[in-house]
Amino acid sequence: MLDNNQLLRFTTAGSVDDGKSTLIGRLLYDSKSIFEDQLEAIENTSKQKGHVGVDLALFTDGLRDEREQGITIDVAYRYFTTPKRKFIIADTPGHIQYTRNMVTGASTANAAIILVDARHGVIEQTKRHAFIASLLQIPHVIVCINKMDLVDFSEEAYNKVIGQFEEFSSKMLVRDVRFIPISALLGDNVVNRSDNMTWYQGAPLLHTLETMHISSDINKVDARFPVQTILRPQSEEFRDYRGYAGRVAGGVFRKGDEITVMPSGFTSKIKTIDTFSGEVEEAFAPMSVSITLEDDIDISRGDMIVRSNNKPEALQDIEVMLCWLNNSPAKPGAKYTIKHTSNDQKAMIKQIVYKIDINTLNRSSEAIEIGMNDICKVKIRTTKPLLVDNYRENRTTGSVVLVDDATNETVAAGMVV
Amino acid sequence: MSKYYLNYLDELESEAIFVLREVWAQFQNPVILFSGGKDSIVVTHLARKAFYPSKIPFALMHVDTGHNFPETIKFRDDLIEDLGVRLIVGSVQESIDQGRVAEEKGKNATRNALQITTLLDAIENHKVDCAIGGGRRDEEKARAKERFFSHRDDFGQWDPKNQRPELWNIFNGKHFEGEHFRVFPISNWTEMDVWNYIKREKIEIPSLYFAHEREVVWRNNSWIPNSEFLKLEEGEEIFKKKIRFRTLGDITITGGIESDADTVEKIAQEVSAMRQTERGNRTDDKRSETAMEDRKKQGYF
Repeated sequence: MLDNNQLLRFTTAGSVDDGKSTLIGRLLYDSKSIFEDQLEAIENTSKQKGHVGVDLALFTDGLRDEREQGITIDVAYRYFTTPKRKFIIADTPGHIQYTRNMVTGASTANAAIILVDARHGVIEQTKRHAFIASLLQIPHVIVCINKMDLVDFSEEAYNKVIGQFEEFSSKMLVRDVRFIPISALLGDNVVNRSDNMTWYQGAPLLHTLETMHISSDINKVDARFPVQTILRPQSEEFRDYRGYAGRVAGGVFRKGDEITVMPSGFTSKIKTIDTFSGEVEEAFAPMSVSITLEDDIDISRGDMIVRSNNKPEALQDIEVMLCWLNNSPAKPGAKYTIKHTSNDQKAMIKQIVYKIDINTLNRSSEAIEIGMNDICKVKIRTTKPLLVDNYRENRTTGSVVLVDDATNETVAAGMVV
Repeated sequence: MSKYYLNYLDELESEAIFVLREVWAQFQNPVILFSGGKDSIVVTHLARKAFYPSKIPFALMHVDTGHNFPETIKFRDDLIEDLGVRLIVGSVQESIDQGRVAEEKGKNATRNALQITTLLDAIENHKVDCAIGGGRRDEEKARAKERFFSHRDDFGQWDPKNQRPELWNIFNGKHFEGEHFRVFPISNWTEMDVWNYIKREKIEIPSLYFAHEREVVWRNNSWIPNSEFLKLEEGEEIFKKKIRFRTLGDITITGGIESDADTVEKIAQEVSAMRQTERGNRTDDKRSETAMEDRKKQGYF
């Protein structure tokens, strides 16, 4: 593996029948990421359950309940590596009752694979998956039109699905959509180019994943550095050292940059950018570094260092697209802890602007309750300003979660609009 | 802008450092669970990087089954001295002596499950609210569903069906008195990533990982090392073999593989060609199909 190989995270959403497990199994198997003892264990279980052949779904289902019921419930993470890239698959269930798991898997993904059965074309579930990909701003969407072997590898069937997809997705904001006709079962256009579909000029799926440009998926323009913790060694060698530790959440910071600390508004210059291996000239997202400043100013966790000529908004009233993740519905007027980068504040849901039916994308402004898996636009008021960017500009500084103080559970995820 | 991207190891490292710093910011009394195995060594190395130039602000906690490889203990003590951090030892032997747990009987008896009680006792006695572990999602199917920040109730139990959703890199470590968290900074690393990182960072690891001559016996499809705890069964025979260990657990249950790999480079090469998972030689995982999930629910590492 070469030293400059990148990491690509992608999500797959799908239900039992659309071949998702077969596709993942094929990617892992053909990249030699399934080990013999794992295959043996799956073979044994398949036999016990009376399945014909090896049931690759067993490989993706980890928990006892999932194996018993034969469904994916939680997000499962899978790993494989090719000579070009390392991949992390967030394998999520496709059914509507698991919307929250799809949202979770989508939150860190560079790419989403949406599977469409060539025989059935775009169905409700396809729309749901595409909507979640756009809501979570997954930079790349790959629509795999699967089971092409069952429609005689017909170009017409393929084009029909593209037409359907483009029609309903025109209202969504998806930056990069590609279509690949595949047969996960037979392997056509998954790892190897298909001999059965010579009319398809594009790359197979794996090659697409290996080569798509992902360096620009992270915002490299608006410099943002949420302070996680302060490093004060107070040792002989580093007596006066005061480093602000954090992970760059956007843009590039350089030694000598004029910076502003928010929310206090104090300004200074970057003196050094430090790592264990030594000083660096610049730091960009998503590097973890420690920054020292020319001036001694009061900074604590939750503050954000930004470049003085490019600041996020400090807002106490924010509008977010909220996905509810908890069994207990949102309580009107209840207070939650809102977590945003390294900053925790108290917050209250002031108003539900509308609720989205994620199958039809219709908006209903009569909604009065937010329950599990609901996606709503809401107005939130916080006790102190949050330093936010629009989620479309920055997935790190544009995202929040709500925690119920009564249970400490994470109850909602929000994207600043 | 093309030069502004990280390679996969740098990205994994940055993620782990971020997680370790979140632990420090969100908890009162975190510890690193240190087994002497490569994964906990890598986590400790990452902690050193995360807080440099400060010292690692956590103690290291070792659950000592008493069935150790002597090499592991020496390695642990040297590292503690080098880092200047505190060591907390939870002793399974003490738990047995105090009657907290009973030794397993029979041929395949191990102290593996007994560790759970010792670990939870140590966590409670030292008022630990976060135990950082080297668990990875690629290791085992139940671990594939594990969160970075994983909640444990006041009995130390894991409820896999009721885990907190974890989105972006916002981690929720809020908990009530008596509860604690397990945090896994290298969740997204594979065995291969760990070896490539050890190679790149030139991290010291115990000699047991390198091929060496050792007395072994063939049991449960792997080479179990001879030790004072080993009782030969009928038909079993001691051999002298050149072996190395892919994982380090108790000396009674950790099987070695025949190998000539005596450098990190050779190990990395060997691992990349392996067709068996590293835990394939761990008899503790073979007891049932959901052995890991069942132990984790009770509070296992």
